[in-house]
Amino acid sequence: MADSRIINTTLIRDAIVQLIHEASFQLHPETRTTFIQMRDTEESGIARQTLDTLILNDDIAKAEQVPLCQDCGSVVVFLEIGQQVIIEGEQLNDAIHDAVAHAYEKYYLRKSIVADPLQRVNTGTNTPSFIHIDMVQGDKLGITVYLKGGGSENMSSLHMFRPTASEDEIIDYIVQTVRDAGPNPCPPLFLGVGIGGTADVAMLNAKKAVLRKPGSFHPVDYYRKLEEKILHAVNDTGVGPLGFGGRNTAAAVYIKEAATHIATLPVALNLNCHSLRYRGTIL
Amino acid sequence: MKPVEIHTPLDQQTIKNLESGTMVALSGTIYTARDRAHQEFQKLLEAGKPLPFDPSGQVLYYAGPSPTPRGKVIGAVGPTTSYRMDPFTGLMLEAGIRGFIGKGKRSQQVREQLVQWGGVYFATFGGAAAFLHTRVVSSRLIAFPHLGPEAVYMLEVADFPIIVVNDIYNGDLYESAISG
Repeated sequence: MADSRIINTTLIRDAIVQLIHEASFQLHPETRTTFIQMRDTEESGIARQTLDTLILNDDIAKAEQVPLCQDCGSVVVFLEIGQQVIIEGEQLNDAIHDAVAHAYEKYYLRKSIVADPLQRVNTGTNTPSFIHIDMVQGDKLGITVYLKGGGSENMSSLHMFRPTASEDEIIDYIVQTVRDAGPNPCPPLFLGVGIGGTADVAMLNAKKAVLRKPGSFHPVDYYRKLEEKILHAVNDTGVGPLGFGGRNTAAAVYIKEAATHIATLPVALNLNCHSLRYRGTIL
Repeated sequence: MKPVEIHTPLDQQTIKNLESGTMVALSGTIYTARDRAHQEFQKLLEAGKPLPFDPSGQVLYYAGPSPTPRGKVIGAVGPTTSYRMDPFTGLMLEAGIRGFIGKGKRSQQVREQLVQWGGVYFATFGGAAAFLHTRVVSSRLIAFPHLGPEAVYMLEVADFPIIVVNDIYNGDLYESAISG
């Protein structure tokens, strides 16, 4: 049996505080490059000005340490825990919630979480965060912190297709959803598409999909081509940056597929806003 | 395109000159209000009580800023999605509000109410909240402190960049965008 490795929750806590800080105040360099490329393909003044404003926003956020967006998000935490890892210290969920509360206070981030969906009292700490754990091989612990704003989350969608549905039917559904959402989720979007699994797995995969390395291609040729087709179709809507019109309605489309039941074909959509905020590390 | 410079409160002539798609630089006082503040406004008005400020010709900004860091005027302060305030907009127009700043589409009913009352809906740059914070000169919490980020702040803004989405002529910038 392989050797076990001990990781204390103080390390996990410190890592999460750091990741929240990085994600809140600066775009990924690749995202910024994408903004510049999109600006150069836009013809209308308002679309170019919008993208220039988003680039400037990144400069100001970093220089003045003001968050990229006033909606500092729900904190979604993905952990990939190696089977040889032994976690010591606090209860793991408590350590994560502590990290979130500490980071949101320390960095003047907006606390946007209410304790109950109907009675709606703000917890004042931006906790609880939403934690997803996968067990994997090895003795490492992977952490990804994903900050998701409420406005774009509200545009999420799930459709359970017939298993015999065509690719075109799926593309039409995606285009219609993006078109109907229009300016609301703050395009250009990073569009996560979860295909297959059960309904809940598809929704989760739509979130995980956008966490793929920025600018990377889907490893499967079939899905890489489908991503390109969807991107093209979505950009033909004319919605454009922030819905003011233009060529760039989505910056990228990321599919994450999963095995599914013979009777089902779930397709879930995560319409992430232009400022895709996540950071990851491996302990 | 050079933006049209306007000041709050908005008068009728100013509103008549604003057409869908016009870029505007707004200066003066505006008031933040989002979901919960609108509920509180509704309660006050239904009880026959005044709003926490004189609404005549004033502009609401659908926004909940991030906390103000030490030494700064305000934190990040971008727009929130406007449709959530649709059910309250008729009431706000009736109370005297004439401008609304947010992001995203409004209902058909709100568009009709804007025409009826002579009000304008503007968008600003969603997700450019660090940039927009540089256009705020001062901020003061004036109502509902228990609502935290959803409290009402009086903001003094200078050349705050906004775009006319819905004018008093039933124009809609977002619709024009997707109809090519």
